[in-house]
Amino acid sequence: MKQVLGDRRTITLLLAPALTIYTLVILVPVIWSFGYTFFEGNAITGFEFVGLHNLQMLFTDGSVREALSFTVRFAIVLTIVQVTLGYALALLYVFVLRRASNLVRTLAFFPIVLPTVAVGLLFRQLFESAPRVGPVNSLLNLLGIQSVDWFGSSTSAFWVLILMESWRSMGFYAILLYAGLVDVPEETLEAARLDGATGIRLVRHIVIPLSWPVLLSAIIFSINGTLKIFDSVLALTNGGPGSSTTPLTMYMFQTSFSYGKYGYGSSIAFLLTVVCLSVTLFIFRSARRDLTKA
Amino acid sequence: MLTRTRKRTQVTSVLGLVTAGAFLLSACSGSGGDSPSETGGPSKDFSYLSFSENTSIKDTLTALSTGECSDANAVAKLKVDNQPQASFDQALQLRAGQTDLTSLFASGNSPQVAKDIESSGVLVDVGAELKAAGLDDAIIPAAKSTVESLYDGKVYVLPTEFNVEGIWYNKKLFADNGIEVPGTWDDLVAAADKLYSAGVQPFSADGTDGWPITRLVGNYIYRSLGADALSDVADGKAKLTDTAYVEAASKVAALGAKGYFGEAVGSIDYTTAVNQFLSGKAGMFYMGSWVLGNFNDPTANQIGNENIGFMPFPAVTGGKGSADELAANVGVPLAMSKFRYDDGAKQWLQCIAKNFGTQSLKDQGVITGFKVDGDVGDVPPLTQTVQDKINETTKTVLWFEALFPPKASTTSQTNAASLVTGGISPEDFMSKIQADLDQE
Repeated sequence: MKQVLGDRRTITLLLAPALTIYTLVILVPVIWSFGYTFFEGNAITGFEFVGLHNLQMLFTDGSVREALSFTVRFAIVLTIVQVTLGYALALLYVFVLRRASNLVRTLAFFPIVLPTVAVGLLFRQLFESAPRVGPVNSLLNLLGIQSVDWFGSSTSAFWVLILMESWRSMGFYAILLYAGLVDVPEETLEAARLDGATGIRLVRHIVIPLSWPVLLSAIIFSINGTLKIFDSVLALTNGGPGSSTTPLTMYMFQTSFSYGKYGYGSSIAFLLTVVCLSVTLFIFRSARRDLTKA
Repeated sequence: MLTRTRKRTQVTSVLGLVTAGAFLLSACSGSGGDSPSETGGPSKDFSYLSFSENTSIKDTLTALSTGECSDANAVAKLKVDNQPQASFDQALQLRAGQTDLTSLFASGNSPQVAKDIESSGVLVDVGAELKAAGLDDAIIPAAKSTVESLYDGKVYVLPTEFNVEGIWYNKKLFADNGIEVPGTWDDLVAAADKLYSAGVQPFSADGTDGWPITRLVGNYIYRSLGADALSDVADGKAKLTDTAYVEAASKVAALGAKGYFGEAVGSIDYTTAVNQFLSGKAGMFYMGSWVLGNFNDPTANQIGNENIGFMPFPAVTGGKGSADELAANVGVPLAMSKFRYDDGAKQWLQCIAKNFGTQSLKDQGVITGFKVDGDVGDVPPLTQTVQDKINETTKTVLWFEALFPPKASTTSQTNAASLVTGGISPEDFMSKIQADLDQE
């Protein structure tokens, strides 16, 4: 076996099927899509070479600015909220509930297995103000506060989206971070406790540095997932009111398939790729110092 | 030993290649068959791609297939496929790109889709075909004029609906509050003031879809600036940011600012808006004549057909337009693919031209752009009133987004609710749409 796996040709041939499929399914469409950025048109009208026009348009298109601004704000806020809540839940599992955490873990994880569209509809009903008054507005009415049109203003629609996504995904991040926390050696924690570190100090100086690699993974997962948010927004606000909650992904989809501009849609996709890559590299670079410390 | 290792390596390599090949084959193979009907050649089917949500056209075609068009159906059997409206344009793009358009299909969510397909030369010139068959009077003049306005003077779609649009009002609520049918925009606002003071929501509107609100903006523009006002915008001779155009958005926004569209209009969908009017909660409702289907449903209509009146969008005092110019559209026009235009499809086209109007009015109560020749049974009085109105109409105008490209239409409709709830100013509303028009 050692001889087989030591042979370069064998390794190449063994990897070939997976690499071929990866290349065909991922790399070729990515390169193909990048190629489209130099063309304009669609399957009906045909394609015309336009050089860098599509990429230049990214800088002048107000809709791109609006979508990019929403996407970045949404990704930053949601990453902070969902990773913080996930980490808090993970700490609860490990340090408070300990072995009794099974039920809570299952319940907190449950929303992630629900279809996004179902969750979107659920939250639409919860925050509805017309034609029926949803439970949230009913509660406000009980407290003597007038109903709020949650989806009528960009600010409230943004926060309902954050709330929905946090509820949906915090269980997932809790499980991810829980896996990192259970790896923190009990002896180290015990030693810290003997040195007088408890509560927040223990978490701040011992638990966070020791679970930093998995926390970093969670942040990268989250930021990339939230930058590419699509289905949740489609189901809850459909990008509205107006286009104030339209992320880049949705604008890309509309541009390509509703407006029939494959080239410009691909340019928006390229912009999104650059943003995702830059953010990931930035997080890696800024985290490297801390990792060495840890 | 060396030979055995080499052999094993070769076997592994062959296995690897076979696996890769199998994956490639399975990835590249399609799920469908390769019958002539799926590859663009002539077929024995007369295939129709319908909006899933629209049942009246497919029901009428199905009724024709067993009735007046049974001969055509014997040559090419009607086969209906459905595609949700939201993803319909994408499906059309894919099918057109693969020369796989069905014999007959709904021509998309905006006129631009059909224009794009036509520009690639794959649509049947139905106007010329009907003329050649001696059926050039099968499409009524008002519908033909609307089709020509929409499609650069050509007739390559079939008007399977012909809708006039205007304001439906609750006669009883008007009488109870001493309101006369408004003749001008100022009268309309005064009527709304009275209804609101009496605790009645003046207008019911579908803010989720937005277009019923932008229709008001468009109509105001036509009434104040004349019938060419929006074609001037499409041609670049005028801009939506010009004061006269912004005024239209301001007037409609002012209605919203007074609360005349009710609570959270952005959350009100089409069905709810219809129900608000038919349950007597709203006094007026801007909508097309396709809504007669709902009005003629006694379970939905609680106010009774006799209590519903129809008025054209009122004139604007001092404006260049006239209230006689009804806003009109051809609903979901159908186009035909050249790839499948065989003898069967030709027979179907002629049969549709002769019989669709009668069958649709008889079975569905839907007024079409085709001449009605045969017996249509008892037509409800309100439908008859609208049919008479259509017959009287000689000049029609289009709707606000009719000549806009898809992006500008989307921007207009998605921002409509914000316009009337104060989320966006009339100036910004028009600027956003104009920016999309400038981008084209």
